[in-house]
Amino acid sequence: MTDTTALLTTADGKPLKSALAKSQGRARRRAFLLVAPLFFFVLLTFIIPIGQMLFQSVYNPTFTQAAPNLVRWFDENPAGSQIDEAAFAALAADLKQMKTDKTAGSAGTRINYDMPGTRSLFTAAARKADKLEPPYREALLEIDKTWGDPMLWRVMRSAASALTADFYLAALDLTRDDTGAIISVAQDRQVYVTLFARTFLLSGLITGLCLVLAFPIAHLLATLPLARSNLLMILVLLPFWTSLLVRTTSWMVLLQGQGVVNNVLVSLGILGEDGRIQMMYNQTGTIIAMTHILLPFMVLPLYSVMRPIPPSYVRAARSLGASSWTAFRRVYLPQTLPGIGAGALLVFILAVGYYITPALVGGADGQLISNLIAFHMQKSLNWSLAAALAGLLLAAVLALYWLYDRVVGIDNLKLG
Amino acid sequence: MKTTLILTTALVASGFAASAQELNVVSWGGSYTKSQVEAYHKPFTEMTGIKINSIDADNPATPLKTQVEAGNVTIDLADIELSDAIRLCDEGLLEPIDPASLPPAPDGTPAIEDFVDGALQDCAVATIVWGTIYAYDTTKFTGEKPSKIGDFFDTEKFPGKRGLLKAPKRSLEMALLADGVPAAEVYDVLGTPEGVDRAFAKLDTIKNDVVWWEAGAQPPQLLADGEVVMTTAYNGRIFNAIADEGKPFQIVWDGQYIDFDLWAIPKGAPNLEAAKQFLAFSTDTQRLADQAKWIAYGPARKSSASLVGLYQDGKIEMAPHMPTNPDNMTNSLVNDPEFWADHDVELNERFNAWLAG
Repeated sequence: MTDTTALLTTADGKPLKSALAKSQGRARRRAFLLVAPLFFFVLLTFIIPIGQMLFQSVYNPTFTQAAPNLVRWFDENPAGSQIDEAAFAALAADLKQMKTDKTAGSAGTRINYDMPGTRSLFTAAARKADKLEPPYREALLEIDKTWGDPMLWRVMRSAASALTADFYLAALDLTRDDTGAIISVAQDRQVYVTLFARTFLLSGLITGLCLVLAFPIAHLLATLPLARSNLLMILVLLPFWTSLLVRTTSWMVLLQGQGVVNNVLVSLGILGEDGRIQMMYNQTGTIIAMTHILLPFMVLPLYSVMRPIPPSYVRAARSLGASSWTAFRRVYLPQTLPGIGAGALLVFILAVGYYITPALVGGADGQLISNLIAFHMQKSLNWSLAAALAGLLLAAVLALYWLYDRVVGIDNLKLG
Repeated sequence: MKTTLILTTALVASGFAASAQELNVVSWGGSYTKSQVEAYHKPFTEMTGIKINSIDADNPATPLKTQVEAGNVTIDLADIELSDAIRLCDEGLLEPIDPASLPPAPDGTPAIEDFVDGALQDCAVATIVWGTIYAYDTTKFTGEKPSKIGDFFDTEKFPGKRGLLKAPKRSLEMALLADGVPAAEVYDVLGTPEGVDRAFAKLDTIKNDVVWWEAGAQPPQLLADGEVVMTTAYNGRIFNAIADEGKPFQIVWDGQYIDFDLWAIPKGAPNLEAAKQFLAFSTDTQRLADQAKWIAYGPARKSSASLVGLYQDGKIEMAPHMPTNPDNMTNSLVNDPEFWADHDVELNERFNAWLAG
């Protein structure tokens, strides 16, 4: 058997196997060169920044850089060791260094994430660091007796390794007690889990609304004569081409208390002057505006799937005695499933990460998790926590994608 | 890690790099930025030929910190609050400023004695003293008008929506003042868990009536649109809405919150020398007094007070509209920057949780 394959040669006498490998290799290299620009673009603008961000969620070197002596002491003494004079001496040496390098603020901020109210402990002690004399334990306790708190030392030990899961714990409303066991944070501080749940719930609702609204439109577009359906298509695309910010602020003009919708209802006598409906700065505003903004993402895949479905199938079903509902349910609907899947997945994933619209019209209870990610990116500047929250969101979306693949099959996805 | 971060940020930001004859100054936008442009930027450009790019931010401390930490600074000068000035200075993100480099008062008093207490920080110089007050639309209340801080929380006597800054800072202090805590004890009370609970309990009473704002230009707009009947705001913004646009607004000074705004230069500012020159120029006695011609904020120099005259329209006497006017300070609270540097994270967490719940 092996002899016969070895005997096969090309016209000019080369073994067929190596000639084939050579020409395929060339084709593969050419294909790679063609996609190389896109590949490097995606690598540079997408994979590297996202990788960096995810890395930040588990890696925060602020404290390790500012307090090298303490890091060494923690390395040499396992958890549970007596906090001895050597530990305080290391702390004092680090505080002196922090004063020169002006890093007390950032080191304190890192500890403050896990133990509120300790930031000024570091800045105040660093200010007096030059006057610290042995025995350091007494000297530091004299500045502030919190320096003897076992919780503080637990938190510093945790921050002393740059690789940490603390931020993922915080992103799940969890923390550690002074023995290091994982516990929930106090009731009045729990926010992230609630917001994750709300984000997925609202995104699901918005996806459902988009489907209900888009299905008839897409059907109409697909069945009308081309000239008229093109005109209608422009009406779908026109808002799609308009800036997101413009569309959101237009909704603000429409929905606010003294806005167009309320004014019309009041002038028609449907509402009294005092009965104006609050449609903005709450969840209602977020749902209305986001449904409108995301609608084209549902219409377009549905339309592209519905267009090639021959109307004769439904007619055939009807002629064989199916009621119009049965014909729709058993014949038409199954053929549109790839479009429904694609539209729903697209709208849901976009909705989960939405930020500007809820920020502008969401008020307090219409905020989504992305608004808190933005808060930690821009205001509290706790980028590691922002990265952990974003990482969880990414993981949730990937899990959903996997589930979709298992249940519906990703091959059934059709975007156009 | 750091270099790639710098690389990607630099790719994005290289378009904004300024030439040597330009200064990038970040401030809070709206009529406040306008007052700085009129009183500082224009005369400075006229004198030196250095062009000033005025950039707006909700809070200029945020882009400043982000830029210095990413190692890609385009800001030359930023207008920031006292607690941010102290915090950023602690973290080594600001250039230190020598008070001796600032011009003395016209009578020769050195700058260090001429500025009011707390106005000169290690890394920042105050330009104005401003107040957070609440204001209401006079056409919305026919009978009794709001006059006390407690009235802001009294939705039975004064029904309607309230505008409030979406942050724990100022909202919590205001809630405690309204709950009857004397101004001098507010930060002591807020430092205890019971005090924080008390403040949130007070905020709970109006939670469903609040429209939250984030940028200083929003509250006059919310009042003008009729979206709220009363709102907290920066006193200068409300004054300008009344004086320039004839809006029927009234300021309630009871329970006002006083703070500084300061110039600060980020570490690694691209035009350090020009920024220092501008800082010294804009904080001299005349410039600070000139700014009051454009907005109702008090100058941070004692010697400027006597030079404050009329509003730019040439009619309104500015002194009674200053947050520092004794009549306006009968029940006022001065910002405690140390408190906020310490409890910022904790109270923001609690506030976010409260808001979302």
